Amino acid sequence: MGTINILGKQLAVDADGNLANRSDWNEDVARELAKQEGIPNLTSQHWTIINYMRKVSEKEGSAPSIRRLTKESGVDTKTLYQLFPKGPAKRAAKIAGLPKPVGCI
Amino acid sequence: MKHLLILGGGTGGTMMANKLAPVLDAREWQVTIVDNSEKHYYQPGFLLVPFGTYTMRDVVKPRRQYLPAGVKLVISSIDRIEADKNKVVLSDQSILPYDYLIIATGADIHPEQNEGLVDDEWRKSKFDFYTPEGADQLSKFLKGWEGGKLVVNPVEMPIKCPVAPLEFLFLADAYFTEKGIRDKVELRLVTPLSGAFTKPKASQILGEFLERKKIEVTPDFDLARVDSKEKKLVAWDDTEVGYDLLVSVPTNMGDPCIGRSGLGNELNYVPTDKETLLAKGHDNIFVIGDATDLPSSKAGSVVHFQSEVLFENFLEHIEKRPMPAHFDGHTNCFIESGFGKGLLIDFNYETEPLPGEFPLPGVGPLSLLKESSMNHYGKLMFRWVYWNVLLRGLKLPMGSAMSMAGKRV
Repeated sequence: MGTINILGKQLAVDADGNLANRSDWNEDVARELAKQEGIPNLTSQHWTIINYMRKVSEKEGSAPSIRRLTKESGVDTKTLYQLFPKGPAKRAAKIAGLPKPVGCI
Repeated sequence: MKHLLILGGGTGGTMMANKLAPVLDAREWQVTIVDNSEKHYYQPGFLLVPFGTYTMRDVVKPRRQYLPAGVKLVISSIDRIEADKNKVVLSDQSILPYDYLIIATGADIHPEQNEGLVDDEWRKSKFDFYTPEGADQLSKFLKGWEGGKLVVNPVEMPIKCPVAPLEFLFLADAYFTEKGIRDKVELRLVTPLSGAFTKPKASQILGEFLERKKIEVTPDFDLARVDSKEKKLVAWDDTEVGYDLLVSVPTNMGDPCIGRSGLGNELNYVPTDKETLLAKGHDNIFVIGDATDLPSSKAGSVVHFQSEVLFENFLEHIEKRPMPAHFDGHTNCFIESGFGKGLLIDFNYETEPLPGEFPLPGVGPLSLLKESSMNHYGKLMFRWVYWNVLLRGLKLPMGSAMSMAGKRV
């Protein structure tokens, strides 16, 4: 398991590069993670998604799918892809400090 | 009289009826199965219809013929399940009460979920091969096709038989080579996944197969809509891929009756305990096969392994004893690779597909994650096994739990 440097701290990450410990996450860490993903500023819409994902994950143990995100977060699919380009569920989970959503096969 | 009601007479429902009917006391139990059609399709066979290996006649049989005596078959659509009242309401509003329910309603394609997929070009330049009509129409179309860009696009995961899009491309490569027009056909997989498959080792090996067969891959493509006029796929991030012939695997969803009953997730799959197979929050409802929300593949082999777990658990659960069996996510898939060869993969929730021999270490006769003619014959033979062994609820010479024997880590 590797680590990444965020705000001068070494934080443990899993095989996908997502934070390994939920407790390492806070809003400042999220802003840094977003920068690394090429999103310089987190808007209130970004935060709606991030907070929604953290809420679902806390309750159910895993991050929601894109389909569920658009159904329940009030943000439509097109906007979601503009907010988190190239795979919103994967990217938003990373910034929210959650494991990659379970890839169904 | 107690009622065991089974919803769906496909692979899972038929197997459970055949396993349970003979051991439940007929003086105490009435087993009833509900399905909306008299026809039982061998769904894995649909893949081979477009290339003329099978015709539609090879993949369909009368449903009744595979159900045991004493089991009542009701042909009807289902309106809803009223789980708090232990009853099922059929489409004509008649009511079937139950003591125990097994949900085996499967999954189906929903092309209407994407803009522009179903229009007047549907089944003219855009096809599916997950329905009898789709496979049949595509077979007729391919006979006269002279070449161009063929794009295979699984729209969204999970899909039934996650290797089918790859198999379709491998078989297409062989089909067009044998027809002498392979140089006029561009083959491309456009997938929402980051590679050929979801599991790393298999994805790498299958990715090499695609490369060797000159099949292009467009990864991380989330389809927003299809533009039939311009003949292109458009992703949510505005990336575009053109086609002449689109073979789509549209969004798969559970039965709409699950949604109407308030028992499903966003794709109408029933949240299910991944080990016991009880529906979460319902002590007298079991779920099997594609209808579940489990992170195992939606495939016939999974249903077979689950049926053994469900059988053991059901018989103990109705006696209020603890359930002894645990499903481990075991999946076993033949992958047709074209030119009379095939691969085999075997995996579960925890262990990804690995190379080796199956089922006997060092012997086989089947090889894992490696191309062989034996694996191809295994797949063809499986149709016989399906009708004559699996559906009848008989045991195959391997356990329901995955074995590490013969696998190389």
